[in-house]
Amino acid sequence: MKKSMKAVLSFAAIALLAGVVGCGGTSGEECPVCKECPGTTTDNVSDSGVKLSGKATNGGKVLNIWAWNYEFQSRFRSFYTKYVRTNADGSDTLSDGTTVKWTIHANDNNGYQIPLDEALKQQDNAAADDKIDMFLTEADYILKYTASPYSLDVEKDIGLSQADLGEQYDYTKQIAESDGVLKGVSWQATPGLYAYRRDLAKKVFGFDDPNKVQAELSNWDKFNASAAKAKAAGYKMLSGYDDAFRVFSNNMDKPWVDANGKVSIDPQMKKWVDQTKTYVDSGYSGKTTLWSGDWGTDQGPKGNVLGFFYSTWGINFTLAGNSCADSSKPQVPGNGLYGEYAVCEGPNAWYWGGTWMNACKGTDNQQQIYEIMRDLTCTRTIDESITRITQDYTNHKTAMHGIATDATYGSTFLGGQNHIALFEKSADKINMKNMTAYDQGCNEKFQNAMHDYFAGTSTYVEALANFKQTLSALYTDLTYDF
Amino acid sequence: MNQELVVVSRKNGHKSSKVTLNVYRIICYAVLLIMVFLCLFPFYIMLVNCTRANSDIQKSFSLWFGTNLSNNLRNLFKNKNYPIASATLNSAWLALVCATLTVYFSALTAYATHIYNFKGKKFVSTFIIAIMMIPTQVSALGLILMLYDIQAKTGIRLMDTFIPLVLPSICAPITYFYLKQYMDSVLPTEVIEAARVDGSSEFGIFHKMVLPMIKPALAVQFIFAFVNSWNNYFLPSMILSSKSNYTLPILIASLKASDPSTFDFGQIYCLMTIAVLPLIVVYFIFSKSIIKGLTSGAVKG
Amino acid sequence: MKKNSNHSIEEVVLPDGTIRRVKKNVSYNKWGYIFLIPFFVIFIIFQLIPLGQTIYYSFFEYYFKLGLTQVGPNFVGFENFVKLLTGEMFWKYLGNTLVIWIMGAIPQFIFALLFAVWFTDARLKLKFQGFFKAIVYMPNLIMATAFGYLFFMLLGMTGPISVLLQQLGIISETFSFRESAVWVRIVIAFINVLMWTGNTCILLMSGIMGIDESIFESARIDGSGSFRTFRSMTMPLLMPIFVYVFITSMIGGIQLFDAAQIYTQTMGGPQASSYTIIMYLSSLINGSRNYGVSGALSVILFIITGILSILVFKTLIPSKNIAKQEKRIHTKRDIWLRLNNSCYAEGALYESRTSSSK
Repeated sequence: MKKSMKAVLSFAAIALLAGVVGCGGTSGEECPVCKECPGTTTDNVSDSGVKLSGKATNGGKVLNIWAWNYEFQSRFRSFYTKYVRTNADGSDTLSDGTTVKWTIHANDNNGYQIPLDEALKQQDNAAADDKIDMFLTEADYILKYTASPYSLDVEKDIGLSQADLGEQYDYTKQIAESDGVLKGVSWQATPGLYAYRRDLAKKVFGFDDPNKVQAELSNWDKFNASAAKAKAAGYKMLSGYDDAFRVFSNNMDKPWVDANGKVSIDPQMKKWVDQTKTYVDSGYSGKTTLWSGDWGTDQGPKGNVLGFFYSTWGINFTLAGNSCADSSKPQVPGNGLYGEYAVCEGPNAWYWGGTWMNACKGTDNQQQIYEIMRDLTCTRTIDESITRITQDYTNHKTAMHGIATDATYGSTFLGGQNHIALFEKSADKINMKNMTAYDQGCNEKFQNAMHDYFAGTSTYVEALANFKQTLSALYTDLTYDF
Repeated sequence: MNQELVVVSRKNGHKSSKVTLNVYRIICYAVLLIMVFLCLFPFYIMLVNCTRANSDIQKSFSLWFGTNLSNNLRNLFKNKNYPIASATLNSAWLALVCATLTVYFSALTAYATHIYNFKGKKFVSTFIIAIMMIPTQVSALGLILMLYDIQAKTGIRLMDTFIPLVLPSICAPITYFYLKQYMDSVLPTEVIEAARVDGSSEFGIFHKMVLPMIKPALAVQFIFAFVNSWNNYFLPSMILSSKSNYTLPILIASLKASDPSTFDFGQIYCLMTIAVLPLIVVYFIFSKSIIKGLTSGAVKG
Repeated sequence: MKKNSNHSIEEVVLPDGTIRRVKKNVSYNKWGYIFLIPFFVIFIIFQLIPLGQTIYYSFFEYYFKLGLTQVGPNFVGFENFVKLLTGEMFWKYLGNTLVIWIMGAIPQFIFALLFAVWFTDARLKLKFQGFFKAIVYMPNLIMATAFGYLFFMLLGMTGPISVLLQQLGIISETFSFRESAVWVRIVIAFINVLMWTGNTCILLMSGIMGIDESIFESARIDGSGSFRTFRSMTMPLLMPIFVYVFITSMIGGIQLFDAAQIYTQTMGGPQASSYTIIMYLSSLINGSRNYGVSGALSVILFIITGILSILVFKTLIPSKNIAKQEKRIHTKRDIWLRLNNSCYAEGALYESRTSSSK
């Protein structure tokens, strides 16, 4: 009798203790673990994430970050104030002793989202040091995660204030909002521009000054007229099928998929299809596809294309390299077309990509995540140095304005033009309201399907049918109105 | 009379057959040389691209070597995000272990269904062949889910370990199938019976007699299993997540999927070449013993 | 005194003619079960249970919206199967896959057999055999994705092959091998030929090597030409290995994924003409994690592969008895009979020759 009484008491004590510790001591939210403490096993396995335990807590010694490439890692290591060193096994050590563990899965064939989704679903069962604390998402699929319970409210759960976030561009916040709650922050903004060759502009228009060229391209009608002029002078306006896509897709009137899961083709998309088909048939555009070798060659001295639609990161990393005649030699003016490009706004404001940080439900590194997010996305000095050093366009209006109005700042690649100033103009006009979580698949499959139509190997109707087939294999829950 | 006719026809046949034989030989060499060219061409291009810079590779094609090899190699090894040495070691021992297990246990199983006449033998052997037809992607997915289940219910973590990669190699229906077919055409039961009479145990017979008899087949399947495991991407990429556990194909894939600012075809081809070289070495080591085994007539009936 | 009664002991004739008494096979059979244990234990844990789950879910509607939000599992019976089999996509993609496989398998088998025979023909005495064998196998060592990238690079509109052909005057303007439905299939089939001919050749060679040399000797002495020897002697003896090679090639063909995926940049070529059935399966799993439909697809594929394999078995190995007969070539008479089964015109009767020779 006595023995069993002791056992029951000690068991109850342990259970109670576990309950208190498990609750994390946060106020407000009822802790589900406590309710089931006495003697029963808690069922932590989540079905759709609803029963996941707890808000962000503190005390973890390991910070787990998931991403699909090393871009953020290099920003983190170069600019985060608390970064101390990288260890032999690839993890980082911070000044408060925390170890940062990186899990990088390449994006190929959905190779990032699949393990991420599985890990998220298992988040509750994972050991404290194995739980994901922060994961990165791209513009094309961020909505999927912000709409899920797996990403935390950066204001309520992480602690960023309105004042902190005030300097960020609105569209970067709109993208990451779900039901009015902000769930992700980005250190970059990625507005897009039209980068053109000065030498060809002179031949086509007679001048190459960005403001004057912009006047010739300020809307689609003018752009089309200029395309005809370019053709007359013997040049192409665009390199291939995909170049203008995002300029149209970012400006759609309706989302790809409506609230009921029905897919429809927006008039802007139809316009893109018609325009590209006309361009290809009339010789205004070549037949390359994005990222192909031919597309890259067109940007260099061997090409005869007037310009390319590019966003912030693309201009300095991709276009600069492609413009060179000899890439083993240093990238300086004189090497091929390096220094011969200039940028102007183009017919419409648009953006391309971008990376957001999301705090993961169940994290035990709330304070650290707060500091990282605050430092990299809300702090003027840090953001300004990121731009000045890497030429990445950062998400801080005042910092960017400072550089935009800095008369001494110019890009050597663009012949001294202050492209930040131009991006700044474009960034404010970006419109995000029609994004959906299905954009990644829709954008990709639609472009692919239409390639056949542009190349002449299928009719528009057939291409549309192909789009429907490949999209329905990817997202089985959608319906179609075509 | 018959004899003479036979002798004469034999002589004539001999002469004309010599000429046709030479013509035949020339045709053989020609075809083989074309084939060799086609087979070596991809390797050559890979090596050439190893030595060129990324933007060159993307923009143009070259039959000749470039000058960027040291650059590419330096970038590749400098990058702490790509632990090439550990990945190579991981790939190597994983492939070694998997190939050995596959070959040994497939031989054991094939021997079981070949020699012994137990009830349900035909069913078993057909069943195993049927297993071969399951698409690998499907069982992989189910396996991952099962591993998560085990972790949830027992707390034993098998993800990011090598156990789920090593153990399943014991069950390799394709290798089994080949060894069974091979034993069918090569392994007579009389010899086994004789050995039994001489007092060997079943295990002894298997190890001392059967395995040596099917050496060429074992060597062939070892190479195939080794190559298969070395180049295997799908399952390891879903199970291994910490960098120190990565295998080479996973590294190559993550190189290929870098964002545009760091994408470098030169490095990728370098890594691909590094990944292929050990295979070529292993292959050449084993091909000699295959040829030796095959031509020494180890399998006289 | 031994307890065994006579009928459990049999008499065995050893190769050297002596007669021994041994226990019958029956008591050894338990070893068969024992030796099977490792294989089946691993199979049950790592394949049967996951497979069972797959089959189980194929009767349910079970997927994740965008990979995160669970829908189901709701029991729907055969609905998934019906949807697949009545939809266009499944048949189109299956057709694509089989066409590409056949386009690759025919040259692959012809060349593999050809090479295997050449290498093992003692009369032909080809030199540098080691070199040839090694090189022909080497493409198998490269990953299929590497091949995909390589050919993608070589065969674009302004790629080297196209430019070369234009310069040689064979075509009038540059042509993209990536934008023609027919050519995409040819290229993918070609990649398979390059990768697998060596492998197939080695397997067939190992089979031929397993055939007793003296059989070929006798055939040769008998005056049989290469082709006849091949057709009547080699092929039938090689049949078990050939069946293996054929069936594994077919299974590999149905599961074609890597090369097609990379070469067509996951699109499947113009009008999805090279979109393989496993690319479809991968797509179902990637986006929606649709365990229901992908499970049904897997079951259907499994059944189709099974039916095709049985057909192959039955065609190539007509009946078990004949197969056993093919194997037993013990006397020169058997050889002669085999050789002369289909040809009456040449040679004197075997009996008369042997009786008139020394």
